[in-house]
Amino acid sequence: MLEQHLAVLPIILPLIAAPLALILGRSIFSWGFATLVSGLAFLLSWQLLAAALSDGVLSYAVGGWAPPWGIELRVDAANAFVLLAVTAISTLVLVYSKHSIEKEVKAANHSLFYTAHLLCLAGLSGILITGDAFNLFVFLEISSLATYTLVSLASDRRCLTAAFRYLVMGTIGATFILIGVGLLYMKTGTLNMLDLAERIDLYDSSRTINTGLAFIMVGVSIKLALFPLHMWLPPAYTHAPSAVTAFLASTATKVAVYVMIRFIFTVFGIDHVFVDMGMGLILMALAVVAIFKCSYMATVQSNVKTVLAYSSVAQIGYLVLGLSLVSVSGLMASMIHIFNHALMKGALFMAVGAVFYRVGSVDIKDFAGLGRKMPLTMAAFTIAGLSIIGVPLTVGFVSKWYLVIAALEQDQWLVAALVLVGSLFAVIYIGRIIEAAYFQKLPESRSSENIKEVSWLMLVPMWVLVIANIYFGIDTSLTTEAANSASEWLFQTNSMLENKVMEGEVLEGHAIEEKAQEVSS
Amino acid sequence: MSFILDYYNYWVVVFLMMAGFYIVISANNLVKKIVGLNIFQTSVFMLYISMGKVSGGTAPIVVEGVTQYSNPLPHVLILTAIVVGVATTAVGLALIVRIKRAYGTVEENEFDNKDDVI
Repeated sequence: MLEQHLAVLPIILPLIAAPLALILGRSIFSWGFATLVSGLAFLLSWQLLAAALSDGVLSYAVGGWAPPWGIELRVDAANAFVLLAVTAISTLVLVYSKHSIEKEVKAANHSLFYTAHLLCLAGLSGILITGDAFNLFVFLEISSLATYTLVSLASDRRCLTAAFRYLVMGTIGATFILIGVGLLYMKTGTLNMLDLAERIDLYDSSRTINTGLAFIMVGVSIKLALFPLHMWLPPAYTHAPSAVTAFLASTATKVAVYVMIRFIFTVFGIDHVFVDMGMGLILMALAVVAIFKCSYMATVQSNVKTVLAYSSVAQIGYLVLGLSLVSVSGLMASMIHIFNHALMKGALFMAVGAVFYRVGSVDIKDFAGLGRKMPLTMAAFTIAGLSIIGVPLTVGFVSKWYLVIAALEQDQWLVAALVLVGSLFAVIYIGRIIEAAYFQKLPESRSSENIKEVSWLMLVPMWVLVIANIYFGIDTSLTTEAANSASEWLFQTNSMLENKVMEGEVLEGHAIEEKAQEVSS
Repeated sequence: MSFILDYYNYWVVVFLMMAGFYIVISANNLVKKIVGLNIFQTSVFMLYISMGKVSGGTAPIVVEGVTQYSNPLPHVLILTAIVVGVATTAVGLALIVRIKRAYGTVEENEFDNKDDVI
């Protein structure tokens, strides 16, 4: 029973739990309940990843309607891997959020916060697991609407304008995706991703399909905040409650990157996107500009949350750069970085949230002297910061290593050099904060204030992420194995589909996937 | 001429889409931005619904003597998209109510702090 419905549970569980968290009313009950549900979702996605790595793919027909007529959920190595990261971060952030929320959100809104968080988690899991293009749009909007609410829950009034701007940009992005999916449906008459993939190959040079591709790419780029469509992100991350920023920075944009990977590699096919339409060069150029422009912007901000928000946009540049290299190793670098960046940014924003909890402000000048007052928090910040820079023995090094190797494989010396120079900017913006914390004295005016370490409920999730940063930086077998099989899987199904169509033998999408599975085993 | 007449539904869609998009970008009043966003979304609903029309087909209800029906699937999809649109509008308007309370205005150029301009 449980195994049969395993694929749908990570979506259903938080979706049903969300209104219950609201009914529970009392902050402490909602918190415990939401954390429990998120933890269960984590265990389920662990099982899903294990199943996907051993069996290749799990297909689930929602409501018993066989695909391609019904909505199909498809779990393979690629989305199970991202799902594991999302549910893990969600659980840790929920544990962390109890105290953080008490400081930053009005008491009356606490259970609303947990409800919106669970809805957002349900939406993100749905985006990852679904195998239906329209269903993806619906889940995207479920998670986005929950996100706008979460951002607007902070007590600073600037969060309202940030949330409104995010809502306008996000809705335009989602509507673009809707237009694109509509154009694809117009030409192919199907919404199932595998079906779409196969039929799109038949109409390779159709203008309708190409327009659909353009709309979907721009829509997804808004959602993942690819330069120059990132303007909603810095204000939203700066003014949202810290726990929300920690969750969004490490999950929402990563899931949007996954959507881009899914559309490029499964639905449209590599040849169509990169060879016929020449998207590779556009994505690579935007990614490189994102890395430099936004890393530079991060070095001149005074609010630490804004620094990290710009750093996030720059890191999205690395993610897109990896997939624009169009090779198994490039895609693998992106997949590893999705996981690793979630670990780094989660830990960094949690540390900043802890500072806000004690100090009440996150300007760089307020970090002065905190290295002595809050040793554990600042140590966590330092280690996660070193990971962003890409120092060996941290996950950041692993990501950059694979990215540089992937670039060198294709003799892209310039790209490899730019990745390394981009890291130097990280040294500056992380260095400024660490310098303030350890080498500047606590201002006289603050010495009377009782600034001390935060409670263990905030420290434990933070340090779990920091230890994960080091652990996965030393023992890379789990991440590289999962990312490698995910990217090989994406390339294999892609080439299978293209070969079949070239040979004039049109197979049902699902039969092709079975073939791919035979080959891989 | 026939290029315009044959595809008149698409011309309507394109006009509404651009009009809505222009309002979102240019309007100073936040409520007008939401109105523009709604027009923008509605144009997409019309794109979907008009593509489901099969020439000569009737409404997709099984009746004796009728063999050709329009495609009902886009209509069903758009029902879902309308719900999403309504929810987005509701969240947007709720945010505007709170912005009005916090800032005392919903005109973008009247916010005191430059950072807050949307």
